[in-house]
Amino acid sequence: MIEVNKQGEVWVFAEQRGGKIEETPLELMSKGRELADTLKMPLAAVLLGDKVGGLTEQLASYGADKVYVVEHPLLEHYQASSYAKVIDELIHEYAPQIVLFGATPCGRDLAPRVASSVKAGLTADCTDLQIGNHHIKKTDTTYENLLFQVRPAFGGNIIATIINYDRWPQMATVREGVMPMPEPDAARKAEVVKKTVHLSQTDLVIEILSEHLQAKKVDLKASRVIVAGGAGVGSKDKFKLVWDLAHCLGGAPGATRAAIDLGFIDSDHQIGQTGTTVRPSLYIAVGISGAIQHQAGMADSQKIIAINNDPDAPIFGVAHYKIVGDLNEVMPMMIKAIKEKV
Amino acid sequence: MGYNCVVLVKQVPDTKRVTGQAMNDDGTVNRAALPAIFNPEDLNSLELALDIKDQFGGTVTVMTMGLPTATDVLRAGMYRGADQAILVTDRRCAASDTLATSYILSCGVKKLNPDIVLCGRQAIDGDTAQVGPQLAEKLSMPQITYAENLVSLDGETIVIKRNLGNGWQEVKGQLPVLLTVLDTANEPRVPRAKQMMKCKAARCRMEVEKAAKEDDSIDVDAVCSDLEAKGLLIRQWDLDFLGADMQWCGRDGSPTKVHRIQSVVLAAKESKEVEPTQDAVETMVHELIEDHTIG
Repeated sequence: MIEVNKQGEVWVFAEQRGGKIEETPLELMSKGRELADTLKMPLAAVLLGDKVGGLTEQLASYGADKVYVVEHPLLEHYQASSYAKVIDELIHEYAPQIVLFGATPCGRDLAPRVASSVKAGLTADCTDLQIGNHHIKKTDTTYENLLFQVRPAFGGNIIATIINYDRWPQMATVREGVMPMPEPDAARKAEVVKKTVHLSQTDLVIEILSEHLQAKKVDLKASRVIVAGGAGVGSKDKFKLVWDLAHCLGGAPGATRAAIDLGFIDSDHQIGQTGTTVRPSLYIAVGISGAIQHQAGMADSQKIIAINNDPDAPIFGVAHYKIVGDLNEVMPMMIKAIKEKV
Repeated sequence: MGYNCVVLVKQVPDTKRVTGQAMNDDGTVNRAALPAIFNPEDLNSLELALDIKDQFGGTVTVMTMGLPTATDVLRAGMYRGADQAILVTDRRCAASDTLATSYILSCGVKKLNPDIVLCGRQAIDGDTAQVGPQLAEKLSMPQITYAENLVSLDGETIVIKRNLGNGWQEVKGQLPVLLTVLDTANEPRVPRAKQMMKCKAARCRMEVEKAAKEDDSIDVDAVCSDLEAKGLLIRQWDLDFLGADMQWCGRDGSPTKVHRIQSVVLAAKESKEVEPTQDAVETMVHELIEDHTIG
């Protein structure tokens, strides 16, 4: 743990893979910028890898005032032990007040390991971060300018705001797709701080034998229109109508966990608490009852159309347009209407 | 030969079954309406441990931190095939966040000196996925998260296939190691009825003491030693027994505090009913084009 200090920087872990910065940490730069400006402290990106120095300009253009670069051949491939060791050292040396990670598979693997070794608090899967004050009535103490870490909990049924006021740094992982991507500004420059670390083969406790990773096939976050199907669609065959409707709107098909479990579509398309959080201009929910876990991933959509034959389906509670009817009839009507009008 | 596996399990409210009755009218959760269940992914990690025991021999211990009511999941662990069950229970554990929880669990796990520690990837009440990696750090063990398949286990070398959502990775590590296991890893076995009946009688000491308060004829020591002889005594460890440093336990050991809790009440600002007819659908599409939602 480090002492509470108001002079610490705001850090974002700049997760990279194969020399390319991942999307979520770039999204985090906008929120990091906002927090740093509120606190009037610098925003720093923390970049680990092998021969990744070329990425500092990109991080500057996305809003970093400073980039800590740690390059080492043994950091070429991410693994929790070695990366946590390096970040732990950096935190103890520079005492940042806030350290943010994307809630990616890597971030969710790394951040808790770091938090444990630093003995700091960590809040998982935040959907919002703010700076605010916390007052304790009993002792009449006010802690100023804390990081409010906002996250859904209890299966998405409650929203908790978490703080750490007595042990720092304040650490959080932030969900993919909830922060807007900043506009890069090529004119922005950042101070580059190169750090050397001592690592040996014994720090690499896990050996990667083989891997097969691919970019997500569908980019739900970037879609203006999403047509999502639930278990109510009925079959993989009938799910084709969901694809058709999405295509004629230039949108992407999404799905509930239930539809994925039934094998209607693969899990890249999952929307909800355990899937992707989306906020498109238009969200069309087809045969989706609207469990709270699903709503947590789509309720911020600007316009929601729900089609369901059950007039009591909870999804109607968040819908702007409610269509109680047979989805096999309504979807073709919509396709026809769209093809005629657009 | 054989491997000693410790499986960390948790009793959780069934948050996936939040239906009409489980939500109060004001949008808050009616916790009483939610059954307490075995955290789903912990069943998968238990299954993996039992599979290792079936293939290579060794032991499986299930451990949980919680109130004496959490022994339900330990009994479930026993009837599924665990050799022993341990309840870490102490009032001073209350209000532990993930950091304090992982510290307390690490004190318990260290007593067992296991080869493999297994956790579910995450628990459905918090969905943080933090305790596994934090526990690995506290135990100075390597962590292999998102484990989906045991590829091989040979001497001190383990090979695991991880599922990272956008693909997979096969990794090799040396024991001791901590795994966090995904729900896609396996299909938890169906317990045998006979074993279920037998393990129904398993108790921890606090449960026997509670029963003795209501029934004078119960001799706590005699019942406990009888349970022990039958392999049905759930071990009960408190923080003194664990030799835990209190500054890292409970509220004091938890850096994260709650500032505020809000219930989720989701509602559309304005909504329209649209008849399922071609004309009505066309009118709706027209509106969406007019307000630039589509087109």
